[in-house]
Amino acid sequence: MFRYTIRRLLFAIPTLLVISFIIFALLDLAPGDPTGNLPLTIDAKTREAIRISLGLGEPFHIRYIAWLNQFFINEPLNILEEWWGSPIGDSAGRMRIRSWSTRSPVVDLIVERTPQTLWVVGMSYVVGILIAIPIGVISAYRQYSWIDQAGTLFSMIGFSVPTFFTGLVLIVIFSVNLNWLPMIYDTTHTVTGWDSFIVQVKQIAMPVMVLALFNAAQISRFMRSSMLDNLNQDYVRTARAKGMKEHIVVMVHVLRNSLIPVVTVIALGVPQIFGGAIITEQIFRVNGLGALLIGGIEAADIPLVQTLTFIFAVLIVGFNLIADLLYGILDPRIRYD
Amino acid sequence: MQISKKLLMTAAAVSLLASPALAERGADGQLNILYWQAPSIANPYLSGGTKDIESASLVLEPLAYYDENGAMVPNLVAEIPTVENGGVSADLTSITWKLMPGTVWSDGSPLTSADVVFSGDYCMHPDGGCNASTNFTDVTSIEAIDDLTVKITFGVAKPFPYGPFVGTTVPIIQKAQFENCMGAKAPECTAQNFGPVGTGPYKVTEFKANDVVLYEMNDKFREADKPHFSNILFKGGGDAASAARSVLETGEFDYAWNLQVEPEILTQMIAAGKGTVVTSFGTSVERLMVQSTNPDAALGDERGTVAHPHPFLTDKAVRRALSIAIDRQILVDAGYGAAGQVTCNVLPAPAVYASTANDWCKTQDVAGANKLLDDAGWAKGSDGVRAKDGVRLSILYQTSTNSVRQGTQALVKQMWGEIGVETELKNISASVFFGGDQSSPDTFQKFFSDVEMYTNNFDGTDPEKYMASWTCKEIPAPANQWLGNNMPRFCDPAYDALSSELGTTASLEKRAEIAMKMNDMLMEYGAIIPLIHRGDVSAHAVTLGGVLMNSWDSELWNVKDWHRKNPS
Amino acid sequence: MTDAPAISAKIEEHQPHRSLWWDVWAQFSTHRGALAGAAVFALIVLAVAIGPFLHTIDPGYLDYKAKNLGPSWVHPFGTDNLGRDMLAQVLAGGRVSMAVGFTAMSLSLLVGALVGVMAGFFRWLDGPLMRLTDLFLALPLLPLLLVIIMLFRDTLRRAFGPETGIFLLIVFVIGITSWMQTARIVRGDVLALKEREFVLAARSIGTRERRVITRHILPNVLSPVMVSATLGLANAIITESALSFLGLGFPSDFPTWGRLLFDGKDFLTLTPVRVLWPGLAISLTVLSVNFMGDGLRDALDPRIRGR
Repeated sequence: MFRYTIRRLLFAIPTLLVISFIIFALLDLAPGDPTGNLPLTIDAKTREAIRISLGLGEPFHIRYIAWLNQFFINEPLNILEEWWGSPIGDSAGRMRIRSWSTRSPVVDLIVERTPQTLWVVGMSYVVGILIAIPIGVISAYRQYSWIDQAGTLFSMIGFSVPTFFTGLVLIVIFSVNLNWLPMIYDTTHTVTGWDSFIVQVKQIAMPVMVLALFNAAQISRFMRSSMLDNLNQDYVRTARAKGMKEHIVVMVHVLRNSLIPVVTVIALGVPQIFGGAIITEQIFRVNGLGALLIGGIEAADIPLVQTLTFIFAVLIVGFNLIADLLYGILDPRIRYD
Repeated sequence: MQISKKLLMTAAAVSLLASPALAERGADGQLNILYWQAPSIANPYLSGGTKDIESASLVLEPLAYYDENGAMVPNLVAEIPTVENGGVSADLTSITWKLMPGTVWSDGSPLTSADVVFSGDYCMHPDGGCNASTNFTDVTSIEAIDDLTVKITFGVAKPFPYGPFVGTTVPIIQKAQFENCMGAKAPECTAQNFGPVGTGPYKVTEFKANDVVLYEMNDKFREADKPHFSNILFKGGGDAASAARSVLETGEFDYAWNLQVEPEILTQMIAAGKGTVVTSFGTSVERLMVQSTNPDAALGDERGTVAHPHPFLTDKAVRRALSIAIDRQILVDAGYGAAGQVTCNVLPAPAVYASTANDWCKTQDVAGANKLLDDAGWAKGSDGVRAKDGVRLSILYQTSTNSVRQGTQALVKQMWGEIGVETELKNISASVFFGGDQSSPDTFQKFFSDVEMYTNNFDGTDPEKYMASWTCKEIPAPANQWLGNNMPRFCDPAYDALSSELGTTASLEKRAEIAMKMNDMLMEYGAIIPLIHRGDVSAHAVTLGGVLMNSWDSELWNVKDWHRKNPS
Repeated sequence: MTDAPAISAKIEEHQPHRSLWWDVWAQFSTHRGALAGAAVFALIVLAVAIGPFLHTIDPGYLDYKAKNLGPSWVHPFGTDNLGRDMLAQVLAGGRVSMAVGFTAMSLSLLVGALVGVMAGFFRWLDGPLMRLTDLFLALPLLPLLLVIIMLFRDTLRRAFGPETGIFLLIVFVIGITSWMQTARIVRGDVLALKEREFVLAARSIGTRERRVITRHILPNVLSPVMVSATLGLANAIITESALSFLGLGFPSDFPTWGRLLFDGKDFLTLTPVRVLWPGLAISLTVLSVNFMGDGLRDALDPRIRGR
């Protein structure tokens, strides 16, 4: 197991390098122009000057190597500096990855956006899992009962109705008609006490509901199908034959075994929390990482998109590894190495 | 419109008199502004986006504004320099601005001519990538005569010398703050770019790029009782329809910008009674550019160049027929409502420039269009599409992705169907369509289709540069990296002659006459088919007073006068 | 459990194939949900296939004077803000959405299952294939789409015409960007199955690898594949709408369910039927496929079928 982990970690480095190169090449190849969103009153010559000032005049490989240098050497050094509080080397002359549309360091933007994304998307993931697992378990245990049918209906609606629509329906009901919840997320709000906590709960309620419905729909389907597979296994029959109490059979034996594939699905979904929820974030103006990414793509802000997607790739590779390890731990039949 | 504006003004005046509390700076609490595109930087020289320029206009000010009627109003100066008052030299090569004494920056230091000179140098630095550099075209020097006097000299005679420092795209920035941020260093000054020191009514307290900006009033602002709001929350993101909803239906926000939403949706939202919609018209025209070169992909590198004329759009009858087959009023009703007017000119405003020679396009004339095509020998085939000598009238019609534009496309397609013209629609993501990526075939400059639709306008009130877009040398081609503004590839020596004549004429009446003549030439040939004169639409809460919608400058140009009032 | 494949193998010897599928059908037809699902699904297919011949209004025709109408005899689903008939659009849109949904879903299942089984079954393929999966998961979707569309739109448009060309492009794009989760899940299941007694038994008697995969592995990963299929169908229909919203999909006058829903959303409070029908159509299709998938899964499971 340990050797397997080390081998996977070592293997991750070339993988990530290849991924970073492909992303960079892709972004470079994609049509789109950082000056494309400027008003048409700005003429072509000025646009060309802007492009050159952004470094687009440099050839592809130079820009890629500069980015690698900034991402793997300069930015970590900056973070270390902040921890230690004293400058390391030539800190003022160190080039940082700068977003083209805001001209500010990309890492600062990401740090600024992360809290609201974790609040909203992370919370919705937790809520989604908490809803999905009981629904999945009950649906499978009472297969084809009304509760199973209701669970199926709920999850299918959750999955087949896009979030741009559920979000709007919630806004019309809770903001426009009932006037209970705000439709715009205030990112400057800080939780300091009970009252401000209630305000925070109110403002995350709708985006969390929309996303939780979507997440729960997906996870509950996998949970149900995995439970169904296990309920018919021999060991269940054996356990029952031995006279074990039904709830122990279901809640301990079956649930534990059924969770194995579901845990993978959950672990694999975690990077998506950091990826944010593009549409939901836009509807409620949460302006988290998802909105940052889509904004960057629309503005052809290559350094921003490159850095964000690469961090995303690191998370994906990392969580895939975690999912695999969890698999080995939860299912003793699987042997790595 | 005029009446309602007057009413607003009197309402503002009355409420000012009625409540003495208003006389105190910052008495009205917080103002919430929502732009559905979020500001990404507070330095307008580094971003030309409207959202960035307008959010910065709360802090940074130019020497003079354009008011809601397009007239220049002095701001940091006592008067607008003209030839009459001696501010502009008789040979039109220099302009001298005199700053008002006593103006201070929000950090307390005085505004001097050195700051103005610095702002010009900052933007004209060759490595800076300044967005407003065209405002400084032909400027040879900017010099400080004394602490409060600045002289700008041009290399040629400038009949309209108000490019530098007039309008919020070219504000004055503080020399002390930006001194070390010249040229290539400009992007690295994040603290300065996110929190510029200004002379305006507000200062930035927190700047979250692409998300939200918090402002507080500038207590050193030169007008003692202004601004009325103590704080501003400037939020960005989302889409136009929900931005309208947050002002008109839920009342969470006081002001929402640029609401390009289907008119019936807006009407329904207004019925909730929480807010009103304000419109104003500038120079924006939604137009069809008509290709005169052959965009056929089979031509390889020569597609879309003047070497190959278009197979059928070179026929003036076809162009004319396409124009009169369109019922522009329906396009306005379907997509724009109060935010649009039928227009037959590519230069519809200011009023002195608006021609009436092309009003034939205002009414749809399907029979006339059919007759034109019949007479020109385009006969309907068995599939209902007209053809001549094996050339079918089949048009590829491209535009940027946007629900209103796609609605217009569908309507026009049907109208053209009625005169036997087949249309294929194509829409392209705006960042690609308006982007200048050399490798993409889908940019509006390459124009690899038969007809393309978008909106354009010009800054300020002078159309000289705008009308020069359609001269021969502006034709995009591989030789100039497709960088040119003459999308229809219109080329007429007579037009070019008028364009250079405009560049040397000073009298306003004469200028208007030439510009109108140029507009009429374009319309007569059918190089451009204008559709809609588009207005700017914003919404504000009924409790917000003092809003004067402005299409010639920042919509927030008079934010210092905005105040809270009782809805009545 | 170990006897189940043996029994079916024995039946196969006597009456090759037909009886297995007869068994499957017999089990499937006792599944009420599956039957209801199949009925609804057949109805939707029938409606979009024949509907346009019965309701003959052209979905693209703009009757501007009749805009934003509620339901009436002429326009049973009302009209949109440009006066297009909604019923005709829902029917026409259904053809496209169903075609895109099913083709893209099948493509993504095929790739996903193939990669998953290969990676799980063959140790030496596991590393490279899973890293490939990581790569696809990590790719930024939108720039990828922009590149693909820039490179291939014109070529496909010339080769197959604007509609078929875009159709192929969209199906390919959706399929190629959505197989990763299926692959991961299938691989996980295969890893566990590989160590199970019946697979070991099959191998120990010298069954060839291909046969182990088709006879023993594939039927056992069917249930997660079925779940992926239902989710994948919904995903494909929704993704298609997102593509057209970004200007990367079908031409704007070409209705699809996802697009109708998206275009109609702002009219939610003005003409609610405009969003009701496309939304319902998507949900019903996905729901019916889900029930059919449930039934099929049960029917293919020898342990349940025997009961």
